[in-house]
Amino acid sequence: MRIERRSHAKHADEETFAIFGAAEKTQTKRTKQGDGGGEGGEGESGPQKLAKKGEELKEEMDALVDEIDEVLEENAEEFVKNYVQRGGQ
Amino acid sequence: MLLPAGAQLLIYKNNSDRKGNSYGSHENYLMDRRTSFKQIVEHLMPFFVTRQVFTGAGKVGSENRSHPCVYQLSQRADFFETEVALDTMVKRPIINTRDEPHADREKYRRLHVIVGDSNMSEYTIWLRNGVTALVLSMIEDGAIDRNLSLRDPVRAIKEVSHDPTCSKEVELERGGSRSAVQVQAEYLEMAQRYVAANPAPELAELVGQWELVLAALERDPMELATRIDWVIKQAMIERFMERKGLDWESPQVQMLDLQYHDLRRDRGLYYLLERQAQVERVVTDEEITRAIQEPPEDTRAYFRGRCLQRYGPEVFGVNWDSISFGIGDEPIKRVLMTEPLKGSKAHVEQLLLDSPTTADLVRNLRA
Repeated sequence: MRIERRSHAKHADEETFAIFGAAEKTQTKRTKQGDGGGEGGEGESGPQKLAKKGEELKEEMDALVDEIDEVLEENAEEFVKNYVQRGGQ
Repeated sequence: MLLPAGAQLLIYKNNSDRKGNSYGSHENYLMDRRTSFKQIVEHLMPFFVTRQVFTGAGKVGSENRSHPCVYQLSQRADFFETEVALDTMVKRPIINTRDEPHADREKYRRLHVIVGDSNMSEYTIWLRNGVTALVLSMIEDGAIDRNLSLRDPVRAIKEVSHDPTCSKEVELERGGSRSAVQVQAEYLEMAQRYVAANPAPELAELVGQWELVLAALERDPMELATRIDWVIKQAMIERFMERKGLDWESPQVQMLDLQYHDLRRDRGLYYLLERQAQVERVVTDEEITRAIQEPPEDTRAYFRGRCLQRYGPEVFGVNWDSISFGIGDEPIKRVLMTEPLKGSKAHVEQLLLDSPTTADLVRNLRA
């Protein structure tokens, strides 16, 4: 995408102004939103719990793969072959 | 733009079409002009070569005559051929010398960065921009106290990218070698001291996350499969490969690499993972929607955005550093905005409230 960078040409009789302002008030700093909380994974579960978790994870993964499958193009080779960039930086 | 019947417009946020073409993600950082470009280059080069361990968007395969590999950290790394230069499309430089500040050029530099990947993960984007801005502040304030220069940055940027275990060591100019994570750890160490001496709430959190990420990369990059783009993508692809019995050369795997970056909410794979709570977010959908409609309140973008909203039909022209108005047959009135931080809501809200029409604005500015 090209953003037009040339200044719009100066005109005869053009009058210029600057924005002067009072000293800026302190800006409110943004803090990170929606922190997901601590890192996942390492539990203190016993072996049984871990095994069950492993199974759940596997099921979750399989479901995810199925979901991905549903949104992909059918013919992967065609899709990859046709994906070409022309122009731009 | 009119599309032919049955045609669709799709938008991809990536950097490589797997056919030898590359296109950049450009970052821009406002800097103090007093910092010499030589200093910037010296202290920034090793940082840019190595930051891809937490900023890379991941890529299947390699290109541009670099060594073959099945997966690498960065979409862009293969395409960099020089260290410092002006061009952006051929013989790409790791550090770009474009000098168009769009502001008072005695005071400001706009550092134009082309080495980065197009990131999808909000966490990755936040960390990338935050840590890079912090390192630039440190360079400005003389807080980089050691020589981390690499022997061959152009070679190293590919070596680092081609190793998803993040353990490959690259040669330093002063002798010896370090992994990318170790080089980053040196910047982190300096940053921790810098932030301790120059505290600010968001900096503590940023440095904390940077530390956390580097430690995870040291142990096992896969720990970051909900935060860092290249890891998110690799985890997704490997699950898919395992379930379907595919290998890295399969067209489906190459398609996954591309489809991660499809911006359609219902087809893009990053957004699919986001919907399934497989990635960590930093902003809410409401904040994104609002940001599309409302200008930032703390820069000149506020003044420019509000002027476009209020005085639209009489806006004659608009640029990064000025906006002009045409009222009837009067001469054009150009308002300069050469200070990026002047024109904020705090500065101009009263002015705008006092100026229901463009004529009022001009009169008030003249006063």
